[in-house]
Amino acid sequence: MLLSDLLAQALNGLSYGVLLFLLSVGLTLIFGMLDVVNLAHGSFYMLGAYAGLATIAVTGNFWLALLAAPLAVGLVGALMERTVLRPLYRRPPLDQVLLTFGFIYVFEDVVKWIWGGSIRSIPPPDIFARSVNLFGGAFPSYRLFVIVFGLVVAVLLWLLIERTRLGAVIRAGVYDAEMTSGMGINIHRVFTGVFAFGAALGGLSGVIAGPIQSAQPPMGATILVPALIVVVVGGLGSLKGSLVGSLLIGQAEVWGKVWLPGVSMAMIYLVMAAVVLLRPQGLFGRPLK
Amino acid sequence: MSWRAIAFALAVLAALVFPAVAGTYSVKLLQEILIWGVFAMSLDVLMGYAGMVSFGHSAFFGVGGYVAALALTQWGAGTVTGLVVPAAAAAVAAVVIGYFSIRVSGVYFIMLTLAFSQMFYAVTFQVAWLGAEDGIVGVPRPVILGVDLATPGAFHVYVIGVAAAATLLLAGIVRSPFGHVLRGIHDNEGRMQSIGYAVHRYKLLAFVIAGTVAGVAGALYTQFAGSITPEAFLWRTSGEALLMVIIGGTGTLGGALLGAAAFILLQSFVSSYTERWMLLLGATFILFVLFAPGGIVGALRGRIGLRA
Repeated sequence: MLLSDLLAQALNGLSYGVLLFLLSVGLTLIFGMLDVVNLAHGSFYMLGAYAGLATIAVTGNFWLALLAAPLAVGLVGALMERTVLRPLYRRPPLDQVLLTFGFIYVFEDVVKWIWGGSIRSIPPPDIFARSVNLFGGAFPSYRLFVIVFGLVVAVLLWLLIERTRLGAVIRAGVYDAEMTSGMGINIHRVFTGVFAFGAALGGLSGVIAGPIQSAQPPMGATILVPALIVVVVGGLGSLKGSLVGSLLIGQAEVWGKVWLPGVSMAMIYLVMAAVVLLRPQGLFGRPLK
Repeated sequence: MSWRAIAFALAVLAALVFPAVAGTYSVKLLQEILIWGVFAMSLDVLMGYAGMVSFGHSAFFGVGGYVAALALTQWGAGTVTGLVVPAAAAAVAAVVIGYFSIRVSGVYFIMLTLAFSQMFYAVTFQVAWLGAEDGIVGVPRPVILGVDLATPGAFHVYVIGVAAAATLLLAGIVRSPFGHVLRGIHDNEGRMQSIGYAVHRYKLLAFVIAGTVAGVAGALYTQFAGSITPEAFLWRTSGEALLMVIIGGTGTLGGALLGAAAFILLQSFVSSYTERWMLLLGATFILFVLFAPGGIVGALRGRIGLRA
């Protein structure tokens, strides 16, 4: 294999990893705050892709879709948290996980109902529709955009959480929700906000993925598994873990195809098994009780 | 004889004579209920008794189903290839997955079991000699104790026999001292550890027992359908078993069976009227979790004061 091919593969892995980061960071944020593993997170990704498709169908503008879809999905998330998740906070956390599981079916079938089951794809925005010449080969410029976009989002998120007052409230809530509420913070509003924000990030990743991976109703359930593997590898509730886990799994996916053709899909599970064996709490997770 | 034993004997008897009064389609539905019932009960032992909520129970259903398909087509169709080898294979798979998964608990356990089951999906979907995405078709039914199960009547008795045996086995296990230890772990793992129980060993054993029985259910399913596809491993398969347990009522084996019956009947009824089966399924799931976390059995207990 030529060096240029290797670099192109690594970049492919990086763009997939960045996509996984956009998705898993919402998952890990919601868990950190609400102690809920939102199994419907893949559904938010799917809803995002379809909301993006709908926006583009009306306006023809990809950038507008990138703005509208996360807002719409964030609203769905806020509604879901307010109406069905909140009454369950007093119950064992598993009840909430089961509830989000039920939503996988509901969201998938509703999307199938509205848009049908066929495969669609979001066209990339015009300025990123071509390939660029990279290392002597053609590389889709949209993927380069995804990499830069994802890394910018990562930096903005870090600034938001570590450098703003809102971020301080969120960190306090993650550390001890009851105490934070005792300090006069309306923790329920923070819960809704974080869930909606996490859902919006899921929706955002769905639009971003649209031009690379085609949109179809089962996409939400399909992407859920790699996203869960990322948080298992990186450590649940850790933003840093979500970033490192995503980049690692992105590379594993790509190199699996190179080294283990035929059983390439098994690669990411091998990485997961190795991490669980050596560090059950994940690379950056808090030690398990 | 307790009312439980009488009810069980009556149920077996009713299932045996069912083909005399019902059509082919209904008989097939009953067999499907029994097969899924065994699968759901095995999950309930894990969930309801040991408190280990697995989202990847399809791994063992699939391993049982695939190994039965391979063994029956390659090594001849008998008891060993139809039931023993698949069960053993599922047990081995459960030891391996269990070894990794019981190191963690709660949501981590959920995510790990889910991921492992999807690994089987990924592998069977790609590997050519397992038929890749088409799976294995044309699996013959075995000849057991000299009886050829290709005959519909014989197969019906066989399914009832295996389901009844699995039910008695699981009921015996949850009522045994071992079962009580599992319930103790469910209630307070730390305390059981302090008292001196090797909690990990108990959890692994529970995981392997549940996996083995799920493997038997998978083997039965292959013989019922005559084929097996990677879909058997898909999260949906685990999800359906989970739904059956929740509808019926966690921590009651009878509830799991009842849940399987409700699920299969509802599915066959609803899909003839509407295409929105998944929506209904999800909504049912959500409503049960919200308003009836004890399932049908829990609701009945509250109403008529049925004892545990």
